Amino acid sequence: MKPRTWFLLPARTVMLLLFAVPMLIVAAYSLLTRGAYGGQGAPWTLANYARLLDPLYLEILLKSFWIAALATALCLLLGFPLALFIARARTRKTLWLALVTLPFWTSFLVRTYAWMFLLRDTGLINTILLGLGLISEPLPLLYNDAAVVLGLVYGYLPFTVLPIYAVLDRIGPELLEAAEDLGATPAQVVRRIVLPLARPGLLAGAVLVFVPCLGAYLTPDLMGGGKSILIGNVIQNQFTNARDWPFGAALSAVLMVIVMGLLLLVRRKTSEHGGLP
Amino acid sequence: MNRALSLYAGLAYLFLHAPLAILAVFSFNSSKYTVWEGASLVWYRALLADTRLLEAALNSLLIGAAATVLATVIGTLAAYALWQRRAPWLEGSLYLSLVTPEVVTGVSLLAFYQWIFRFLDVRLGLHTVIAAHVMFSLAFVMIVVVARLRTIDRTLEEAALDLGASETQTFLRVTLPQLAPAIGTAALLVFAISFDDYVITSLVAGVDSETLPMVIYTMARRGVSPSVNAISTLITLAIGLLTLTAERWRRA
Repeated sequence: MKPRTWFLLPARTVMLLLFAVPMLIVAAYSLLTRGAYGGQGAPWTLANYARLLDPLYLEILLKSFWIAALATALCLLLGFPLALFIARARTRKTLWLALVTLPFWTSFLVRTYAWMFLLRDTGLINTILLGLGLISEPLPLLYNDAAVVLGLVYGYLPFTVLPIYAVLDRIGPELLEAAEDLGATPAQVVRRIVLPLARPGLLAGAVLVFVPCLGAYLTPDLMGGGKSILIGNVIQNQFTNARDWPFGAALSAVLMVIVMGLLLLVRRKTSEHGGLP
Repeated sequence: MNRALSLYAGLAYLFLHAPLAILAVFSFNSSKYTVWEGASLVWYRALLADTRLLEAALNSLLIGAAATVLATVIGTLAAYALWQRRAPWLEGSLYLSLVTPEVVTGVSLLAFYQWIFRFLDVRLGLHTVIAAHVMFSLAFVMIVVVARLRTIDRTLEEAALDLGASETQTFLRVTLPQLAPAIGTAALLVFAISFDDYVITSLVAGVDSETLPMVIYTMARRGVSPSVNAISTLITLAIGLLTLTAERWRRA
């Protein structure tokens, strides 16, 4: 059949008007000056980018990196054994997989709220501990950086399990049996055979978690309670309460560049090894 | 080793599912506090009396339905076209839209709408939210439908054409039926994503287009509210049912 160009037209219109043009507008605004009443206009300037060097914002940027890296590391650490378990399961593989993907389908907001319900001062954990007399005052479990990391790990754990499972599932059992027959201990088998073969999956999982965590808005806002501010929150704030769109636009542009740079880097790495996407 | 792994997996599944299960149990608690005082449907009844919540739920359903129809149709057509030819710019922008942090998508759309409103006499409202949802769910539709197209035998189309079917007939009666399960899955996925979105929606919604996640968000930020437990449980159940249906369709 001959290609039907008009089939592409609606999608092209949507992506051009609602994705490409808005991104270009953000790029343009990032070079403008904030007006007296929150608008933006001439003169063109790089001042918005220069403001990023302010220690206040550098610190937030670094903290966003650090929290995203920590959440990613924890997701890999927690996700790997689970993926290994599913790949090795002899029965009910589909069920085990579905149990990992199910929370991914359920509302992210609801899942975050569920943790707030457990962790807050009058939440379930503190209520139980107080009731048992183990503590005399509620523990400050919510509204701190640790809670933000927990929320991110909970939200994105399935993103590491699935790609790791995909690579582990392709490792033939005969390979592991051979290693065992040759005298490798189970720990050696994991370290020297399974882990190297699982590298593309680990890398894919790391990207899938790190990228959304770096720009996270919802989790730091709800679980950090405004005390744990990440770059996503600063961007949102510039476009709402602070009404400094040019600065918010500059932050968005920097975040986009970082994300794209990371993806390019990983792409090069994976193509070197002939691995996943 | 295997026993330790199984034990670990058990704990991991507990970590993944216990919070929602506990929330669901406490949504039936008659007490306002986190102490169990007996089963009751009082918070579910309270939902029915909450007009703000009901209005928001209606908005979410409307937005979800409109975005689902539009994104599924547009995405399926484009996926089919990409089966026959490449479109690097479109594919590139779809990939980028997938990796763009939600908050950046949200503020860029807000900036775009405000810019366009200088020339057009429209305001933020349901339509701006629907347009945003169609855009960010397009990539998901394409992923699902393109994956299915890869498994389809192209020679079937050629056979239909050889036997005298028109191109339209071939598309509608040979290709489309084979794509149906994937299109169904894609539609449900769009609805689930649209129904759940807070970050982008809150930035491009008008005063009269508050959605369910926006109401839940405000309530959650304010503090304990057993109504949120109840509505959360309902949403989880609804989306769970949708997922199961999608799984059935995918395998059909």
